[in-house]
Amino acid sequence: MDFRFSDREEASRTEVEDFIKKELPTDWTEKNIYWPGGYGTLAEFEELNSHIERFRHRLAEKGWLTISWPKEYGGAGRTNIEQAIFHERMSYYRAPGGEVATLIGGPTIMLFGSDEMKKEWLPKIARGETRFWLAYSEPNAGSDLASIQTRAVEDGDDLIINGQKIWGTAAHVSHYAWMIVRTDPNAAPHRGITLLIVDNKSPGVTIRPLTNICGSYSFNEVFFDNVLVPKKNIVGEKNKGWYYVMVALDFERLVIPIGGFKRTFEEITQYTKETKHNGQSLSQNPLIRNKLAEIAIQIEVAYMFFWQTAWMLDKGLVPNIEASVLKLFTTQLSQKLANTGMQVMGHYGPLERESKWASLRGRVQSGYLDCISALVGAGTSEIQRNIIAMRGLGLPRA
Amino acid sequence: MDLGLSEEQEMLKTSARDFLQKECSKQLVKQLDESDTGYSPELWRKMAELGWMGLIFPEKYGGSGGSFLDLIVLLEEMGYNILPGPFFSTVVLCGLTILASGTEEQKRELLPKIANGEMILAFALTEPSASYDAASIKAKATAHNDDYIINGTKLFVLDANVADCILCVARTKETKNPEDGITIFLVDAKSPGIKCTLLKTLARDKQCEIVLDKVTLPKKNILGKLDQGWPIVKDTLQKATAAKCAEMVGGAQAALEMTVKYAKERVQFNRPIGSFQAIQHYCANMVTDVDGARFITYKAAWELSEGLPATKDVAVAKAWTSEAYGRVTLLAHQIFGAIGFTMDHDIHLYYRRAKAGEIMFGDGDFQRAIVAQELGL
Repeated sequence: MDFRFSDREEASRTEVEDFIKKELPTDWTEKNIYWPGGYGTLAEFEELNSHIERFRHRLAEKGWLTISWPKEYGGAGRTNIEQAIFHERMSYYRAPGGEVATLIGGPTIMLFGSDEMKKEWLPKIARGETRFWLAYSEPNAGSDLASIQTRAVEDGDDLIINGQKIWGTAAHVSHYAWMIVRTDPNAAPHRGITLLIVDNKSPGVTIRPLTNICGSYSFNEVFFDNVLVPKKNIVGEKNKGWYYVMVALDFERLVIPIGGFKRTFEEITQYTKETKHNGQSLSQNPLIRNKLAEIAIQIEVAYMFFWQTAWMLDKGLVPNIEASVLKLFTTQLSQKLANTGMQVMGHYGPLERESKWASLRGRVQSGYLDCISALVGAGTSEIQRNIIAMRGLGLPRA
Repeated sequence: MDLGLSEEQEMLKTSARDFLQKECSKQLVKQLDESDTGYSPELWRKMAELGWMGLIFPEKYGGSGGSFLDLIVLLEEMGYNILPGPFFSTVVLCGLTILASGTEEQKRELLPKIANGEMILAFALTEPSASYDAASIKAKATAHNDDYIINGTKLFVLDANVADCILCVARTKETKNPEDGITIFLVDAKSPGIKCTLLKTLARDKQCEIVLDKVTLPKKNILGKLDQGWPIVKDTLQKATAAKCAEMVGGAQAALEMTVKYAKERVQFNRPIGSFQAIQHYCANMVTDVDGARFITYKAAWELSEGLPATKDVAVAKAWTSEAYGRVTLLAHQIFGAIGFTMDHDIHLYYRRAKAGEIMFGDGDFQRAIVAQELGL
């Protein structure tokens, strides 16, 4: 057992940190109000859009958008621990980086896609030219994802798609839908699902904005009206999409902005040191110390889950219960961090950032809203517990 | 970074699990819990033969030169099987203290006796104030010719009822700094003037009251250096805290496994109760707690094993593990229902130990105060 990073790992950590400091504006981290675990503050990123594009381009040049991918596909051939170190530092500085294509689509294609598909998609994903959005949920298929109704019917070399997807985060700024459709309505629900890639520009695709509770336009409802998709865009085999998505969801659950928790916690801690109440710093108040210590403890535990999953991947082990534990634990932490932040800030907590009285750029109040998306997205806390219980502990199905 | 156990540690873990399952049934645990001694001399001898007592001592003192992390692996298994007895007192609290601070002569005399199972020790630190700071040490040792005379009351002393020797932490000098002037004495448990009374506790751990009334000792019974005992005590407490976490992690793991097994077997409404989502989610919460506690405990223990600063991580581990073990055993009781409330059942043994472990060496609030300090608040 050795909790130290190797020299190589330390070096890669320094390299990442130097890169971020060089390539992002110095006030970036402070300005970006991204809340760890949340999906809802995308619009805030857009304000800073020109930087994002340039930064992503610089990442792609180094193969760092897809840092653990083999070099032949445009990655940097790093280990999973090194990738985890990269994500940790990136999220600590709230740096823009991966998205659905690099973090979920690409790794799934690498496991299940044909050689032709790998050659076609992986390099352009690695170059950052191709962004995906997740087209999973439907109005009547949320936690019961296998009940999706969006239909795909074969027509020569194509599929014709009809139906509706919802909660498509960033669909409006992405290029392709990473999508599941029903291809066999007569099979058991999870045996008639196909995973495929659909061009946003295809005729018949209509993207409509939905405003989230943070007041941001981060997600969409998307309609598919006789949309033609070439069969070569099917990932793996037809009707096996459910299985691929279960693996892909684990990838999604492993993408935890762990450094963001640390960063935000440090900012709240700093606030309590600098803010006086009745002549005494908030940080001297035993109740506040206790609350902050509890968050610090949970962040330490979250870090251990995080490193553990990366370490398992490097050992060739498959984290599935671990992915769910990590997701469940960190999203609950996201909410506790926001709530604790609001508690220690008192009346100043709820002020939006436009106010001259606002502290921490109002990030805690928007985080207090955004953390709700963490608890619900990528499988609710209840779905994670189902997975842990049934897949992990072998408890029987209901 | 390597988060796995070594091959030797895996072997130690497996052999400890097998040995304890065979030699220390729950029936024996309950019998020992209700006894006045709280341990089985026969089992104690076998443990010594396996080299457990000397695991962490250098070979020249009759040990096998293992690391602190090896000891943690063993303690996790002891917690898993809720092994009763004075191992923790003898090896962790006293053995490590002697190893850290004893003179060469003291180490040569005492450590081999611990290693071969001849000697049981107790660590007499806490007093009626029930706290772990230096200012609370009121028991007083006064120099008198070539001797020291100790007066005072030590409370919550584990395993003093069966100890041959007591490490007694006493004040030898009064200065403005309470950490200055504390000395550790080696006290023969049969010395005149010692009165040891067993306290009956929730978890049946053998805590004692020790009243020292003019107990006279030669100066050579000072362990290490006069007046400079507190840093040693602090160091021991830190290791003992991590060690207690390891025991608790093992206990929580066992409680989880027993509960999951029961949830798969127990049928109500014509199906195993483990198929109900309410039960499944309880179990998912339990495994999350157990795994988190294990990772964070091993991190703290590894730091101690490597001689790195560990104050924050030990406090993090103890705060989290204490409360996690409590949550896990409470959910276990909820799932076991009425049968778990019977004395015949085993789960209450874990529920009791979870609370005892939480209090020992400082509970969550106590540890969070340390974490806050370490955060620079």
